[in-house]
Amino acid sequence: MKWVLALIFFPLIANGKEILPPSNVKAFDTPNDAGGAITINWELSPDDSIISGYEIWRSESPDTDYTMIGYMGQGIVRHKDDKNVEDGIKYYYKVRARTRAYEYSPFAFAFSTAVSSYQWYNTSKTNVLVALFTFTSLLILFVLRAKTRGKQLFLRKIAGLDALDEAIGRATEMGKPLLYVPGIGYIEEVGTIAAMNILNRVARKVAEYGTPLIVPNRDPIVLMVARQVVKEGYTAAGRPDVYDDSNVFFVTTSQFGYAAAVDGIMLRQKPATNLFMGCFYAESLLLAETGNATGAIQIAGTDKVHQLPFFVTACDYTLLGEELYAASAYLSREPTLLGAIKAQDYSKIILLIFIIVGAVLSILGISFIAKLFNV
Amino acid sequence: MRFRIPLAITFIAGMGLIVQFFVPHPVSSRIYQEALIWYEIIYIFMLVLAVRSLCVSHIRKIKRKQIGWSYSIITLSSLFTVACIGIFGGVGTGTTLTQIYNYVQTPLESTLFALLAFFMASAAYRAFKARTQEAALLLVVALVVMFGRVPVGERLVHRMPDIVEWILMVPNMAAQRGILIGVGLGMIATSLKIILGIERQYLGGR
Repeated sequence: MKWVLALIFFPLIANGKEILPPSNVKAFDTPNDAGGAITINWELSPDDSIISGYEIWRSESPDTDYTMIGYMGQGIVRHKDDKNVEDGIKYYYKVRARTRAYEYSPFAFAFSTAVSSYQWYNTSKTNVLVALFTFTSLLILFVLRAKTRGKQLFLRKIAGLDALDEAIGRATEMGKPLLYVPGIGYIEEVGTIAAMNILNRVARKVAEYGTPLIVPNRDPIVLMVARQVVKEGYTAAGRPDVYDDSNVFFVTTSQFGYAAAVDGIMLRQKPATNLFMGCFYAESLLLAETGNATGAIQIAGTDKVHQLPFFVTACDYTLLGEELYAASAYLSREPTLLGAIKAQDYSKIILLIFIIVGAVLSILGISFIAKLFNV
Repeated sequence: MRFRIPLAITFIAGMGLIVQFFVPHPVSSRIYQEALIWYEIIYIFMLVLAVRSLCVSHIRKIKRKQIGWSYSIITLSSLFTVACIGIFGGVGTGTTLTQIYNYVQTPLESTLFALLAFFMASAAYRAFKARTQEAALLLVVALVVMFGRVPVGERLVHRMPDIVEWILMVPNMAAQRGILIGVGLGMIATSLKIILGIERQYLGGR
């Protein structure tokens, strides 16, 4: 009966009192988007506590042909309409409150029409652009300074990278191969790219010493890059004749299948040195612990913070996070690459100042700096 | 020229994608989608070469009767059997290929993942030998965290879960975020170095 009454006496009355509609409805083009979307804002109905939500209706004419395009729950004041919204067309909106018993408030109409359009620049990313510009300027500045002055910049010692030569030498002395695991990341991951940079240095060294190098790969594109990098390394060392394509090979795309295969290589071929560089996930300990059991000297480097404790536990040396990226500059000692590390350090100082000042101001109730970092 | 062309391609593609990040225009997202499609096409071609690489390395192992060459026979026969089943039996729900995936490959992977618990135990045993001050500290903190994560910990020391929460959310989180800030900056620096042609190790360091 109540349902029938609800349909007949619209808008209906809840508990003997008419439900009040939301107010101040505004419809406008969704900012910083690719078009095809309109945002509708409203102020909550004074009866928000007793209603279940808000119905949003849309039409292309002011008085007729309205259709319901969305429903938002109680306490919500915003809806993004991206259902069949065409750019350049005027849309009219109205919103009403609804109870659980399907009792309705009168409609509240939007003050004005809304037309969707696309934008050429996302203003909400301005802080990212400023940060990128600052960092790039610092980077170019330090690289140019390093290039023109040719001065050797100071780099703190990284034990894991200092031990690299020793690890390669050990494999040579023992007459055993060196296993280089470039992780299970894809080529677009920076950790994998850093692993390829280190692989080039390692390939040069093993080519000089004549030590066999084994590089099992999980990703086909990484495989092709690894092959090229190793080949270039052997060529740069003047030993292209020693390069063997079949030592840089594909295993499987399966994460644990890859771990099983690499574990098998460690147990059967017993490499004297294992290098784990790149992106690692749950397989990190399976690999490092097996290598540890075979008695190999192990150096790991990853930017995956959650895998670092496993490598620290099971490997002789571990490159922590950014040390993986710095490895290429550290090993080559090229002034231009070292200049980039200097730029990173200065950026860290700037960030540190922002963090300290931001934290102090936030404690004092001023959130200006904290908001600067909102993305 | 052999190195200039890849450097130019890297610069154009890298700068293009940076610009794309700031431009919400539909053309920008279309270019990005197009780049993803190209990536997939390249991936498929690379996969063919990767499978060839797998076959060559295993055939060589069998020919030379290297250690564990019998596993290579299993690998190659599995590869061709499953490929034939997929090609002739089709893919999708209810097919033999799906059943092989569900009842052979997934349990095998899960088994290997489960082994991680034993690997963790042996690694923890080695790490927790309190030979140095750092190792002793690690041992104490690990014991406190483990103790606070089980019901008996709370029963014995009422504030234990709060202490554990504080350890995880304050010193642990501070250290993690410190590393993450370094990683973030390192990522940007590495990307910029490659885009601007400063880092050339991946091309042989020329």
